[in-house]
Amino acid sequence: MSAVVETSRLTKRYRDLVAVNDLNLKVEEGEIFGFLGPNGAGKTTTILMLLGLSEPASGQAKVCGFDPTHQPLEVKKRVGYLPENPGFYDDLSGRENLFYIARLNRIPADEARRRIARLLEQIGLGDDGERAVREYSRGMKQRLGIAEVLIKEPQALILDEPTLGLDPDGASRILDLITGLSRERGLTVLLSSHMLHQVQQMCHRVGIIVKGKMIAQGQVDQLGSAVFKERQWNFLVEVEGRVDGLESDLRALHGVAGLEARNRGWFLRCTRDVRPEVLALVSRRGLALLQLRSEDTTLEDIYLKYFREA
Amino acid sequence: MTVVFWKELGDHFSSRRFMILLAIIVLTGVWAIYASGQSIRQEAESAPAEFVFLLLLTSQSGGLFSFATFLGLLGPLVGIMLGFDAISGEYARGTLSRVLSQPIYRDSLINGKFIAGLTTVAILWASVLLLVIGLGIVLVGFPPNAEELWRMMIFTVVGILYVGFWLALALLFSLLFQRTVTAALGSLALWLFLTIFAPLIAQIIAGVIVPDPSTPEAVVRQVAIANMISRISPSTLYGETVQVLLNLARGLGVALPEQTQGMLQTPLALGQSLLLILPQIATLIALVAVCFAISYIKFMRTEIRA
Repeated sequence: MSAVVETSRLTKRYRDLVAVNDLNLKVEEGEIFGFLGPNGAGKTTTILMLLGLSEPASGQAKVCGFDPTHQPLEVKKRVGYLPENPGFYDDLSGRENLFYIARLNRIPADEARRRIARLLEQIGLGDDGERAVREYSRGMKQRLGIAEVLIKEPQALILDEPTLGLDPDGASRILDLITGLSRERGLTVLLSSHMLHQVQQMCHRVGIIVKGKMIAQGQVDQLGSAVFKERQWNFLVEVEGRVDGLESDLRALHGVAGLEARNRGWFLRCTRDVRPEVLALVSRRGLALLQLRSEDTTLEDIYLKYFREA
Repeated sequence: MTVVFWKELGDHFSSRRFMILLAIIVLTGVWAIYASGQSIRQEAESAPAEFVFLLLLTSQSGGLFSFATFLGLLGPLVGIMLGFDAISGEYARGTLSRVLSQPIYRDSLINGKFIAGLTTVAILWASVLLLVIGLGIVLVGFPPNAEELWRMMIFTVVGILYVGFWLALALLFSLLFQRTVTAALGSLALWLFLTIFAPLIAQIIAGVIVPDPSTPEAVVRQVAIANMISRISPSTLYGETVQVLLNLARGLGVALPEQTQGMLQTPLALGQSLLLILPQIATLIALVAVCFAISYIKFMRTEIRA
């Protein structure tokens, strides 16, 4: 395994503002890397520097073994980039849009037509290829964007907010498409997103950037333990029956550090596994246990914690 | 670059606004030529002109403007129309960063766009002129002679340069203002200024420099200064070129009666006419080059975020 994207102390300044500050980022071959951060954190600026569309003030970047500042063409040949809110030529059809990009990549016309037909099928736009992009929905445009970055048969994909503005179904279709492609072709993917749940499910590793600084990088579960020094035990309890007094009993249990009332139960923040005690308590009171579920730290918890700290 | 060129060319020719302008130019052209052709036919018995075809292009009879003046007015519109959304339109659609993240040199995009625009102008101008020649042959009854053809060909080149300047200017504005509407309005404002106000301002400045034109020499000097200043405007350059090339003017500006005394009333030879307008043509080329060079440098340096 070698790093497809690697930056060291990458910095970008706009006059007084430091947009990206000493950023060290490493994406290994074949992995899906989630690049997270609030708006204006420097995600897009970093991505632009990785593609040579913007020059770093200091620091180094290497993409597919090339320096994007000095050899942008070599990088652009190997990396497919889907910007945030990708635009298309509205008057042209989806097929024509893809054909133009293919020709810019110096793909011969015959080969380009073959690839376009295959890709349109793959992204589920097989029947809409001839329609003008003007008539496309947001989700269709986003899928066309994915087809477009694939047309050059890249080694790596850089996707800036690929799910922005999509409905949950559209978003998960896009992410499924990306996951499938990465697995099928061994593609390296760097994606920035706000959809934390999906990112958690599909990304091998994530990096969190706040105010231009990479404040955490690693696998999601590792990040969790790094954030919350002690292992946390969080449970959700739901019962049915006469519940008066149960809340104070739960609070009195040894190891329960915090308790929040939820719609039909309680959320317990504990320092150890209290499930046996909870179970015993519920059965002693003759109540029916509807559920007792462990709720682990989510990426969202990590994300929020970092944002508040920064 | 050829990929960008062919796509832009295709876009220009299939765009609706190109169709509209083409229709306007062809209609006004046909009308102007028909009107002047009719009047030439009526006067043909009394005073047959030497260069009938050139007269066809410049005669004002019947219409408000001659055909050459029409082209001088509509040409800038064509240039601005082809250029004003070249870059700002890509910004607005969000296609610029996608195109520039393809493995192409950045300048091939702007070069391709500019050359495609120039080619469109050349095709438009040449085809309109061919149409005019065809119509002229029908109206007048005989084909143009070699010198007339040469003069019309040079006129075409000057016309392309003239429209090319407005194209380069609109391209520059489309880069400076990232909003399409601002770019269009800015180019139009500058067009109005250079075409209508520049000659007026030139006269005012000349009036300040030579305050009291009481002697004939002072009058000549004042006019010469005014002409010099108004030559900043490409419209003036175009107008003077038309004067010399098509109207067969023997000189530019004013001349004292003593200077014109004994002057032969025959038109200048083609070579002499060319010599007379060489500075104008060179200035036009320089204006186009400077305008495009500024856009080029600016485009190479901007950071593309959208």
